[in-house]
Amino acid sequence: MHIELNHYLWLSAFMFTVGVIGVLVRRNAIVIFMCVELMLNAVNLSFVAFSHFLSDIQGQMMVFFVMTVAAAEAAVGLAIVISLFRNRQTVNIDEINLLKG
Amino acid sequence: MALHDLLLALPITFATLWTILLIVVEATAKRAQLTFSLTSVGFLILITMMLFPSEQGYAFGEMLRLSPYSQFANFVFALSGLLVITLSQSYLAKENIHFGEYYIIVFIATLGMMLMASAAHMVVLFIGLEIMSIALYVLAGIMRKDLRANEAAMKYFLLGAFSSGFFLYGISLIYGATGEMTLFKIGIYLQENSATSLFWIGLSLMMVGFLFKISAVPFHQWTPDVYEGSPTPSTALMSTASKAAAFTALITVVLNVSSQTENNSNWIFALSTIAVLTMVVGNIAALSQDNLKRMLAFSSIAHAGYMLVGIVAGSDAGYSAVLYYALVYSLMNIGAFGVIALIEQQRELTSASDYAGLFKEKPLLAGVMALFMLSLTGIPPFGGFIGKYKLFAAAVESGLSWLAVVGVLASAVSAYYYLRVVVFMFMREPQAENQFEGVVLNPTLVLIALLVFLLGIFPTGMLRFAGEAMKFAFNM
Repeated sequence: MHIELNHYLWLSAFMFTVGVIGVLVRRNAIVIFMCVELMLNAVNLSFVAFSHFLSDIQGQMMVFFVMTVAAAEAAVGLAIVISLFRNRQTVNIDEINLLKG
Repeated sequence: MALHDLLLALPITFATLWTILLIVVEATAKRAQLTFSLTSVGFLILITMMLFPSEQGYAFGEMLRLSPYSQFANFVFALSGLLVITLSQSYLAKENIHFGEYYIIVFIATLGMMLMASAAHMVVLFIGLEIMSIALYVLAGIMRKDLRANEAAMKYFLLGAFSSGFFLYGISLIYGATGEMTLFKIGIYLQENSATSLFWIGLSLMMVGFLFKISAVPFHQWTPDVYEGSPTPSTALMSTASKAAAFTALITVVLNVSSQTENNSNWIFALSTIAVLTMVVGNIAALSQDNLKRMLAFSSIAHAGYMLVGIVAGSDAGYSAVLYYALVYSLMNIGAFGVIALIEQQRELTSASDYAGLFKEKPLLAGVMALFMLSLTGIPPFGGFIGKYKLFAAAVESGLSWLAVVGVLASAVSAYYYLRVVVFMFMREPQAENQFEGVVLNPTLVLIALLVFLLGIFPTGMLRFAGEAMKFAFNM
């Protein structure tokens, strides 16, 4: 079977959806964060696919920036999770509910 | 060529180099006071740079666009940053988190905002947004022993990262639909070709990202929790400058796709529905809040709704009104949060009823707070009135009178909760003797109050700047 642009786009849309659903239903902060990373990587796949089929380099350039940003985000995010865990001994977001209106 | 680009993008070049300098100084000297002074100097240099007209054009291979538009926006960001750090100092010292890193991170957040306002390419837009957001996650959680701050940082981080995912997917689909990532080339493509459904899905996803950042309904649920839990000076920055940055970036994007959105009834309907919901939900939810930080969080949602009215109007008048409002709103909201920070750091008092009798003990502080509250309500002669008037006038000019009517009604509702604070301060007796002892008025607050007042009485100069910023913004 010949693989076309649409196949990549559907795969990336599927991965993105899995990530979104994961963020909405999972309760562990680390797992939610992993789902966010899955969303970003799904987008990366679509960037590379577009870049290849448009014969344009900008999409692949963008992917490098996204990976860098994701790394920076991971550093800050995990630091926040660690400081939370030190104080509360939990990373379950259902148990983190001091702020309620 | 390269040197010319560096000079053209001088504010951004300068801010980047200054950030490196700050990091080196903090790492070697480890003196928060020194870092504070250097950060203030950096902000002051940036503000001075913005006051002089400079060359405009594209820099770094059409990555950045320097124009009166970015200049006006950068002025707002640098001014907010400077005011926030001067208001932070005593708060941080009281909470035992007086680290030099705090100031550096505020500076980095400002750099991210400047990139957003000067972006001419989707990469720069995304990088700017992330530099700003990641810096703000750190600022939200900088009180790392405090459970509420931890929780706020966590929520802000997870939802912020989630929304950047949508934003990025939007960029990707627009890239796929138009084959371009430079904003003006996307604009040219859209003028020559009709938009595909791929483009519309992409634009909608990108809008979701923006609406998260400006906390418009229905993407606003994180706002009250994050604003309440974060250290108050950080909240001041998040609720003002970061929203202003998201709005400037939003205007940049909308202007470049305007050939598709202008007179497009679906687009106007969707955006005006969100604007109406944001104004109504924000104001009604704020009515029942007793904690002032939560109240201001909901009021900031409502203000995002007012600014969206200017975007829906879709004219230069609307956009320049948004710019002007971003300036006035930043000033008055930073002022209000500054007063709350002052009282909170002494007495841990954050509810409206705790402010009873403030006028008796600290008349000047109560007066300043009252001025901010009246200006936020939009009562003349303060800056908030002119800003709102310009926004709603732009909506009427674009034939959206009903939107202006909703906006005026919503701000009439807002008078209840703003004036409630004023009533408590001026007309009630204090709950205890010497309740506000030790609260020292920060001179910066008086300066902000003066600026808000002046922007109300002599708005012409600033309005002209905002108007020129739009006029020369994107014509090549």
